[in-house]
Amino acid sequence: MNLRLLKDKIVAKLMLVFTLASVSLLLVIGIGLYYKSIPILHKLSWAQLLTTSIWKPLKGLFGFYPFIMGTLWVTGIAIIVALPLCLLTALYIVEYAPGRIKRILTPFVNLLSGIPPVIFGVWGVLFIIPLIQDHIAPHFVEFSTGYSVLAGGIVLAVMIFPLIVSIVSEVLRTIPQELKDASLSLGATKWETIKKVVLKKALPGIVAAIVLAISRAFGETIAVLMVCGNNAAVPHSVFDPGYPLPALIANNYGEMLSIPLYDSALMFAALLLFIIILLFNIISRVILTRLERRLAA
Amino acid sequence: MKRRKLEELFFRLLMVLATIVVAGSFFLIVGTIFIKGVHYMSWDMITKVPGGGFYIGKDGGVLNAIIGSMYVAGGATILGLLISIPVALFINIYIDGKMFLSNTLRAAFDVLFGIPSIVYGAFGFLIMIYFGIRASLLGGIIAVTLLVIPILVRTLDEVIRTVPFELRDAALSLGATRWEMAKVVLRQIRPGIFTAILLSFGRAIGDVASVLFTAGFSDNIPTSLHEPAATLPLAIFFQLGSPVEEVQGRGYASALILTIIVLVITVLSDILIKKFSKHKI
Repeated sequence: MNLRLLKDKIVAKLMLVFTLASVSLLLVIGIGLYYKSIPILHKLSWAQLLTTSIWKPLKGLFGFYPFIMGTLWVTGIAIIVALPLCLLTALYIVEYAPGRIKRILTPFVNLLSGIPPVIFGVWGVLFIIPLIQDHIAPHFVEFSTGYSVLAGGIVLAVMIFPLIVSIVSEVLRTIPQELKDASLSLGATKWETIKKVVLKKALPGIVAAIVLAISRAFGETIAVLMVCGNNAAVPHSVFDPGYPLPALIANNYGEMLSIPLYDSALMFAALLLFIIILLFNIISRVILTRLERRLAA
Repeated sequence: MKRRKLEELFFRLLMVLATIVVAGSFFLIVGTIFIKGVHYMSWDMITKVPGGGFYIGKDGGVLNAIIGSMYVAGGATILGLLISIPVALFINIYIDGKMFLSNTLRAAFDVLFGIPSIVYGAFGFLIMIYFGIRASLLGGIIAVTLLVIPILVRTLDEVIRTVPFELRDAALSLGATRWEMAKVVLRQIRPGIFTAILLSFGRAIGDVASVLFTAGFSDNIPTSLHEPAATLPLAIFFQLGSPVEEVQGRGYASALILTIIVLVITVLSDILIKKFSKHKI
């Protein structure tokens, strides 16, 4: 009897250690990256790092502004492309689609989320780049190689489809049937009900999905790197190349140990990503748990 | 009145179109990869390591990268499972009743799940520098393990929550300790564990950013943990960057191989999930 209790106690302690160790990863990653960024933060202030735009590691100039703008452009385009499509898809799946079609559709969203980033990148190079170069860009600008923030945004948009569709459909499913029935019984059409009742009720959930999608898009590396052109300048139109932060880290790991402060600068980039994504994730989680709690009450 | 009906019809049409675009993008991607890759596909691709002059278009295949990826993804999944099972059990069984604590832990793992792989890669790189490990199979496994732990914990947590409370209570009421009850729960969720393994393996095998700094690259199949290991996604990335057409083509073929591996894994886990939910008591 005693032995069994002892075993139980030991296992409990062991599990506690494992749990604390893996959760503290969140803290350790932040501290580790910050520790490695100290050298560059000593030399340049946060404001200097974030707002200057000259990137010459050999001369000790590290301006992250173009990379931050590159990330914002790509992420912005991705959300603008993905959001309406995903919203409509989720509405269709939840509100309109007959059961049979629903059962066929769900696995595809699932399969799409399983495709590795590098495959999206290859697809971007093979399909999106020529599409932009030959068919879209010529209508607007004189010349574009296709490698642009637009290409990055489109590829990212497809990558975040499954995320947005699955969260939004989950949120839509929680809207009580009584509310919809009330609206329908007053003579509203189905679309009017969706517009004025369902979407209004689902708004916090949709916001949470967007925030989560933004944080996913922020950190996506390889697919964006392959199609974005990677030019360290602030993009001025969607056909300009851009150079997002994750691509910067991934592209320069080889040389970073040979140039002073370079490794520290790249770790600072990773820290920046980490902080932004941490914040966005926490925000969306807070919204989603509040929503859940309100439903439970 | 007519306008309202028209609006309804218009948006309905828009929804169908949007759904076609979203679901169709899957076919577009797989189709593009297949059409481009199948042309360069050969038996050599999956049975040979790169020969001399492989990167200027001569003989060889990407077996080194396939095996390397399997090693990294397999090692990381096993290591991750050893850590995640106790964590998931702890959250659900040992801190039962303290909802706030278990929900906080769940939220923390959700946030960890959202951290991008490039950050895990950079952090893995820091760990390697700290312990003096060079870019190697071991380094890759460490970084990818960090990446898959949140996936495994979240999946296992969800599976454990499907085990009915009556079952746990029955075990406890017979005088079982919490650990003995946990063993009952573990037996109950066995198919769920397989699902978690597949999900984690699928994510691990396709990820580049985490192995970029940590696993290195090599034309040989690694024979020890301290040798650098090639990985399939990285091989695709490198081959695509080549100016030689033949090498680029092999990049497409490698992409096709990776796509097939990942699709098989996803379909298998889908089937398992369905089966699992069917046999739930």
